[in-house]
Amino acid sequence: MATGTAVDVVMPQMGVSVSEGTITKWLKSEGEAIAADESLLEISTDKVDTEVPSPATGVLQQILAQEGETVAVGTKIAVIAPEGAPVERQEAPEPPTAEAAAEAEAASGAEGEAPTQQKAEEAQAPAPEPVPAPEPAPAPPAQAEEGNGRREAKFVSPVVARIAAEHNIDVSSIEGTGRGGRVTKKDILAYVEHGQAAAPAAPAEAPAPAAPEAPKAAAPAQPQEPQAGETVEPMSAMRKGIAEHMRRSLDTSAHVTSSIEIDMTRIAALRQRLKKEWAGSYGVNPTYLAFVARAVVDTLKDYPWINGEIRGDSIVTRNFVNLGFAVELADGKGLIVPVVKNAETLNLLGMAKAITDIAQRARDKQLLPDDVQGGTFTITNPGGYGTFHGTPVISQPQAAILGTYAVVKRPWVVEDEDGQDAIAIRSMMNVTLTYDHRLVDGALAGRFLRDLRERLQSWDESTE
Amino acid sequence: MAVKTYLQAISDGLRSEMQRDKRVFIIGEDVGVYGGAFKVTQGFQEEFGPWRVIDAPLSETAIVGGCTGAAIMGMRPVAEMQFADFISCAWDHLVTVAAKQRYRAGTPVPITVRLPSGGGFSGGPFHSQNPESSFAHIPGLKVVCPATPADAKGLLIEAIQDPNPVLYFEHKHLYRRIKDEVPEERYTVPFGEARLHREGDDISLITWGAMVYTASEAAQKLEEEGLSVEILDLRTLAPWDKGAVLRSVEKTSKALILHEDTHTGGFGAEIAATISEDAFENLDAPVRRIAAPDTPVPFSPPLEKAFIPQVEDVVAGLKELAEY
Repeated sequence: MATGTAVDVVMPQMGVSVSEGTITKWLKSEGEAIAADESLLEISTDKVDTEVPSPATGVLQQILAQEGETVAVGTKIAVIAPEGAPVERQEAPEPPTAEAAAEAEAASGAEGEAPTQQKAEEAQAPAPEPVPAPEPAPAPPAQAEEGNGRREAKFVSPVVARIAAEHNIDVSSIEGTGRGGRVTKKDILAYVEHGQAAAPAAPAEAPAPAAPEAPKAAAPAQPQEPQAGETVEPMSAMRKGIAEHMRRSLDTSAHVTSSIEIDMTRIAALRQRLKKEWAGSYGVNPTYLAFVARAVVDTLKDYPWINGEIRGDSIVTRNFVNLGFAVELADGKGLIVPVVKNAETLNLLGMAKAITDIAQRARDKQLLPDDVQGGTFTITNPGGYGTFHGTPVISQPQAAILGTYAVVKRPWVVEDEDGQDAIAIRSMMNVTLTYDHRLVDGALAGRFLRDLRERLQSWDESTE
Repeated sequence: MAVKTYLQAISDGLRSEMQRDKRVFIIGEDVGVYGGAFKVTQGFQEEFGPWRVIDAPLSETAIVGGCTGAAIMGMRPVAEMQFADFISCAWDHLVTVAAKQRYRAGTPVPITVRLPSGGGFSGGPFHSQNPESSFAHIPGLKVVCPATPADAKGLLIEAIQDPNPVLYFEHKHLYRRIKDEVPEERYTVPFGEARLHREGDDISLITWGAMVYTASEAAQKLEEEGLSVEILDLRTLAPWDKGAVLRSVEKTSKALILHEDTHTGGFGAEIAATISEDAFENLDAPVRRIAAPDTPVPFSPPLEKAFIPQVEDVVAGLKELAEY
């Protein structure tokens, strides 16, 4: 699709609850040609990392947000010009408009005329006397991010526009409590009441917004300057998301971990046989993880609370298992938990395929927001590095997480055919269940692990 | 004051007019000997005789055609369609003749057509419809949809004494389920005046008929979460109380219209359009509609439940508006 006019590239909406994204890498530089749907940049949000395809064919005329910058969804981040068009430059990222945000949500390949600033203003201010908006100061890029927090041109409803016009209020100076920070009728009425009472004679000083800027540095003082030998790098959106989630999980659930040792010898032998068969027929590897996942799903059927959730004062259980798998990203700088939906419908082969697929897509940054939501139980598998024990953190709001550890050959006491104790060489694996003791008691967790062990040790191939 | 079912209130209103006015007569399928499919006219033939409570042949065309002629000759017929769905057979007499007679020849046509309507009991596609919007679209017809027993009686008496053809939609799902106090004496409820079913500040919920109770339950649930929902029961759709709707929207700035009829071209569309025309500068959110999907009414109970707006659908719609 060749474009007749310049097309804006905006920060896409990568999930319902995602409001901003960080540009991690521009895959094209200014002046370079690009085809529609060709990858243009990589972004990182608190949900997923992904590549953004170009909305049009042409030349990347201008990059408006640099690598490392975090901008709101809908913010214009680049301009694609039709080939041969005169190069126009803009000063700073424009705040998102309602139209632009809507476009971002639409198919990425959509060719659309860029909404002009004038059009957007017309759409937002139907009142006869539009509020005199502050001159959009051409902010230098360094300040743009800070400015975006408050100055975003959010949708102004007719009633809010009318009240703003009647009281000569700049809507953008009000903190909105509506969807996406929209200023609601209640917000502006509260502002009218509060503002006029508080500062009638001092129009220069903005009336205090409902929530005054609290001095944020209450606990730790100013961020310290790096000491000699230290290097400082900004946290990625994903790192921040992980940090927040891990802390919140520990603050929410009463974490307890139980461990069990599982004899995987039978499975190890089966794997060797299936490997050849599957490699030829399906191109899939029957990993230990696939076996464990299959056994977990079956076992969860008997332990609905472990596949459950505390929701308010209620306990939620399900007749399905959405199984999350913690996957380390290729650069070692984060992890993501893609979810295999309705895992109870998969046999061993299906499970192995599903795990391979989501792990691959996680590493290739091809996951969709849906792929990382809705998990009911999670498996983490740090055993690949030889670790034999761990206490993972529960993925909220789930009730438990299973840790699987290295399969190692160990001397193990078994019973021989005569009923006598004997020492044998067995492939052993430690498995942990970390559970929320608010919901799951130790005895229940113990029985779950016992049943899981039994399933794996006496694996019945005929049911697959 | 005596507590009566919705059905009893309709029966009482009908009896009151039969006793008061000799011009009033009843005609319909099985309304006489059998007392009506839903027993609204039980005992009427014994009380008023077979010439005033007439068992008609299975022909809605004949019933409404006969009513139209009788009305032009000075009578006040009350026709019963066994189910509102069957009124399509009488469309021509109602829409082409009865609705236009007054404008064309100056003759009043005081017919009341009682229409047991609505679903909720697995009646399937031919016994569950709410065709009120089709007739609200026709100039010359009046459309009434009572929700409470007291309104059912007062609006029926008003319909019988109105000089125009009135379609009186009585919701079958309310017949024996809804009981409330009904005055013993004769009274009328004027057309075109909405009833404030519940006062609130945050969202205006405009509805009628059986959906009043669905709306009420939803509003009650959300009250616990601090959301204050105002419910307007329109009571009549032609004419409808624009003033009450606009005043309520002016207060709340958010409107949700709920009806059991299907979505496209339902009367909710008319209300939504009026709000956007006359209350645009009072709106703080898009006007929302919750209605049945654009399909015939399914027979299967779970499908019918999915079809008819449920309390949880209304709760979700209200929440979304509140969060907007």
